[in-house]
Amino acid sequence: MSYWRSVWAIVRKDVRAELRTKDIFSSMFVFALLSVIIFDFAFELRVPFMAMVTPGILWVAITFAGTLGLNRSFVIEQDKGSLAGLLLAPVDRSAIYFGKMFGNLLFMLVMELMLLPLVTILFNQPLLRWQHVLVLLLGTYGFAAVGTVFSAMAVNTRAREVLLPILLFPVVVPVLLAGVKMTGALLDGETLGSVSNWLRLILIYDIGFTVVAFLTFGYVVEE
Amino acid sequence: MTTPAAAPIRTESGETPMIALRGLTKAFGSKVALRGVNLTVLPGESLVIFGPNGAGKSTLIRILCALSRPTGGVVQIGGLDLQTHADGIRKYLGVVSHAPLLYDSLTAEENLQFFGQLYGMTAPDERIAEMLERVGLMSRRKDLVRNFSRGMVQRLAIARALLHDPEILLLDEPDTGLDPQAAEMLHRLLSELSGREPQVNADGEAARKRTIITVTHHLERGLSVADRVVILANGRITYEGMTQELNPEMLRALYDQHAGGSR
Repeated sequence: MSYWRSVWAIVRKDVRAELRTKDIFSSMFVFALLSVIIFDFAFELRVPFMAMVTPGILWVAITFAGTLGLNRSFVIEQDKGSLAGLLLAPVDRSAIYFGKMFGNLLFMLVMELMLLPLVTILFNQPLLRWQHVLVLLLGTYGFAAVGTVFSAMAVNTRAREVLLPILLFPVVVPVLLAGVKMTGALLDGETLGSVSNWLRLILIYDIGFTVVAFLTFGYVVEE
Repeated sequence: MTTPAAAPIRTESGETPMIALRGLTKAFGSKVALRGVNLTVLPGESLVIFGPNGAGKSTLIRILCALSRPTGGVVQIGGLDLQTHADGIRKYLGVVSHAPLLYDSLTAEENLQFFGQLYGMTAPDERIAEMLERVGLMSRRKDLVRNFSRGMVQRLAIARALLHDPEILLLDEPDTGLDPQAAEMLHRLLSELSGREPQVNADGEAARKRTIITVTHHLERGLSVADRVVILANGRITYEGMTQELNPEMLRALYDQHAGGSR
């Protein structure tokens, strides 16, 4: 019980701090918004059917913006010296992982919630459906699960802004691929049942990386 | 490699020390920060560590906090191996370092509430109020830490470290950034906790003495709050002695002799 109380305390602390500073959300959202607008300008002139490129644009914007947010999440803790305070607490390191991961997931989902209507309008695609939301939720969970570990790993290095994407992107390829494929299929009018292979892949990925992160986070944050 | 579960270390009188280090080494690549440190701190004892910059003092404190893994040797706290029982041991530690370990976008009260939750305190409000009162920040409890002066942040860091009433206090240059008034407050607090200014609790019993390790550059101030002095230089303990045998002039001479004269 105290394990989940600690997790909840960390999430609440991150949300409270974020509501005051808007450090993570503003950088993520502005970056995602600008990416989508630039892609819109770039593709509108040459691509006959926007449904062909919309899934890719959506997931690329989420990936890059999410990486920015993940980076900020631990950089803020490290630069202000509060990460050591967190690590000094008598809580299992995995509780710190889950607290930070759920916080990151929440910020990314809020960003996506605002991004989705914009992409729907700009690209004139029916993205505001529960199937798309489910795909985004599963994909974002996987991204945050892996990204939180790599973010904690990169934060102690000098080239942390560069290192995080280098470490993260090769590992999140399955999530990105599954997300793009499923979003595309749903836009083409297919059902979730017809993309069940991709759905299974993303579910296995989410579960697998949650377990790996649970087991390894303690070693990652130790000096 | 660190011994994973060494037998509990005992003193010559058969007592279990609160903190015991045997052959502690720490290297960062080719740079060796600690070279075979042996140290025993008894329950309720107050130890002060002096040493020049780069002597390994902060590295030693980070290892004792389980924030850094030793390269070799044994670290036991309360007879338990720190590496294998780190999560259980942390609740007995209160740490003040030169970094505040606080969140500047939270208020003073929110910071203490957050750490109170992490330390498993179920109803910490009374204790939070008591600690804020003790460090003189009660009237600023609703203010964001980012609006505090360096001295106020450090006072709040002290309140955070003492919030869960820890058995062991590890203080790494705790007076960094403190104005003379706040430094005096910290000195008084440490004197109380180390039993130099005996306190009685609500039941009329003498308050228990905490085990305290302080790292500082202030020789006189360190001498006045400790039972024992250690000088660390180049990753080794070069001097160890009881404070009752020393006065500030003697300590200064010893420091110059054992630490190379740089403070």
